[in-house]
Amino acid sequence: MQISNGYTVHLLEGLYCYLRRLLFKVLCVGTVPNHIAFIMDGNRRFAKKNNLAEGEGHKAGFSALLSILRYCYELGVKYVTVYAFSIDNFRRKPKDVQILMELMRQKIEELLQQESIINEYGVRLHFIGNISMLSEPVRVAVDKAMRVTAHNNHRVLLICVAYTSRDEMVHAVYQSCKQKWSHLNGEEPSKAVKNGGIEKVKGIEDKVEKHSVPPPSSCSLIELVDFERNMYMAVAPDPDILIRTSGEARLSNFLLWQAGTCPLYAPSSLWPEIGLRHLVLAVLNFQKYHHYLENKKEKKKHKNF
Amino acid sequence: MFSLRLPIPIENTLITPPPKSNYNNICNSSLCAHSYSSYSHSQTNRFLTVTNVALQKNGNSVGDSKDTVTHPFPEELNAEPLPRHVAVIMDGNGRWAKMRNLMPSAGHQAGAEALKEMVRLCASWGIKVLTVFAFSTDNWIRPKVEVDFLMSLFEKTINSEIDDFNREGIRISVIGDATKLPSSLLRMIKYAEESTKENSRLQLIVAVSYSGKYDVVQACKSVAKKVKDGILDLEEINEGIIEQELETNCTEFPNPDLLIRTSGELRVSNFLLWQLAYAELYFNGALWPDFGKDEFVEALISFQQRKRRFGGR
Repeated sequence: MQISNGYTVHLLEGLYCYLRRLLFKVLCVGTVPNHIAFIMDGNRRFAKKNNLAEGEGHKAGFSALLSILRYCYELGVKYVTVYAFSIDNFRRKPKDVQILMELMRQKIEELLQQESIINEYGVRLHFIGNISMLSEPVRVAVDKAMRVTAHNNHRVLLICVAYTSRDEMVHAVYQSCKQKWSHLNGEEPSKAVKNGGIEKVKGIEDKVEKHSVPPPSSCSLIELVDFERNMYMAVAPDPDILIRTSGEARLSNFLLWQAGTCPLYAPSSLWPEIGLRHLVLAVLNFQKYHHYLENKKEKKKHKNF
Repeated sequence: MFSLRLPIPIENTLITPPPKSNYNNICNSSLCAHSYSSYSHSQTNRFLTVTNVALQKNGNSVGDSKDTVTHPFPEELNAEPLPRHVAVIMDGNGRWAKMRNLMPSAGHQAGAEALKEMVRLCASWGIKVLTVFAFSTDNWIRPKVEVDFLMSLFEKTINSEIDDFNREGIRISVIGDATKLPSSLLRMIKYAEESTKENSRLQLIVAVSYSGKYDVVQACKSVAKKVKDGILDLEEINEGIIEQELETNCTEFPNPDLLIRTSGELRVSNFLLWQLAYAELYFNGALWPDFGKDEFVEALISFQQRKRRFGGR
């Protein structure tokens, strides 16, 4: 009886997987977003709602993240960015912060295991933020994760930790000024930046469609190109959709620069409850918006003739 | 390549359905056709007043009256919390006009009337700052006729409101890239800002030829210049330093608590990027000329129900 139950479950899982892939094939008839960003909100409320211990909501959230990553990569989304830990979150109770830091370290280790989704899809990991603010064990795990996955080039996962968009912009100005004055004084532009060893020198190894890396501009003031080159998120194109779970309608200092024009989607489900249907609906929403934009561009082209 | 456009209702807590329009009875009326037959492309008379269309809203005349318009505080709202700073993306003028077979200019004129009402509502209810997205840097690519009309509309509207603003304690400030604006509009803006600068009941900030990215970049350039000139040390660069250089440094409360966008579009479109970090976003399906007191009360009720944690507990 148990064997037959196990077999049935296995069969159903296989059928679900097949149907999901079929659904994605249909979705691929339209434009597939290249980059989806998620604000993973609602883990603590999920724990409270289900009478779980502290930290269990975040564990459930991690499982949800793995599912969503699988769906995104299966669909053909190349870049996924997640808001894992904000600089503002350091204001929480020290015990809560410590639990989250330890959880983060554990989950980073899990991601690097042989059978994880990272290896299955050839995902390169970027940790985006002021990494120096993280505790030592987490920093070590972050460095290792980026080093070990640096050669992967099929998919990209950007995990924002110790991140806020304003801090990112401050850092970009700081770096731009530093490079500009070093360049003007005849020194080599600074190679290392504050966060996690990501190198942002001329000829950056990661090919990003919209960013080639010109030398620091020779004008006396910094230019837009200098600023954008020094953003933590310069390793990826701008997101096509921004999804925030739990029904809160605010950006919370996330990707303010990059998501200025992208459509927003806010399902009321808590992050651990996020499912395939949310992703499908967000993509359909994106395709409708994308179609409208393409139509507008076409009309403009015809007008110009 | 074509995309799927299925009639699937998308669950998205950002969407508020549009209200019933008060203007439906105006559609296709001979009045509409007549009002716009006199639209002139001449240099001297580029804009068109559509007071007949706009004034039929609720039977009240808003903006033409010389008496101070005050609105009693709605019973549905609590006294606290109220946003100190409300920002609005006034979207939907063009669609509003198209739905009524009118020229875009009619939509913009009706939008100006809606803005006047919004200003009075904010002033009446104790909101300190109202920032409106009147014209984006992206809007310069619109047809020249429409752009010229808008520039004239801004100038005419500012001019006609200065006296009322002074009487009602409303200060006007204009932010954005001034380099592309016509000189007559620039002169009007300067005069209006100077004339109303002592007023303190409500500050109206009008973003014209503005983009959030432009604002951040010009702030960063100012910071970089200060570093270069030795006024500021590189290590002193922080969020506060950048905020001081943003165009919203004209107000004591530069960061909106609530952003309202009309017409159902679910994005911020490069408006106040830095400043919107913690703003509650409210999207309403109504087109801007149809956004009035009831819709604003709904937005404020929604704001009062939000739980703002700013990342902490």
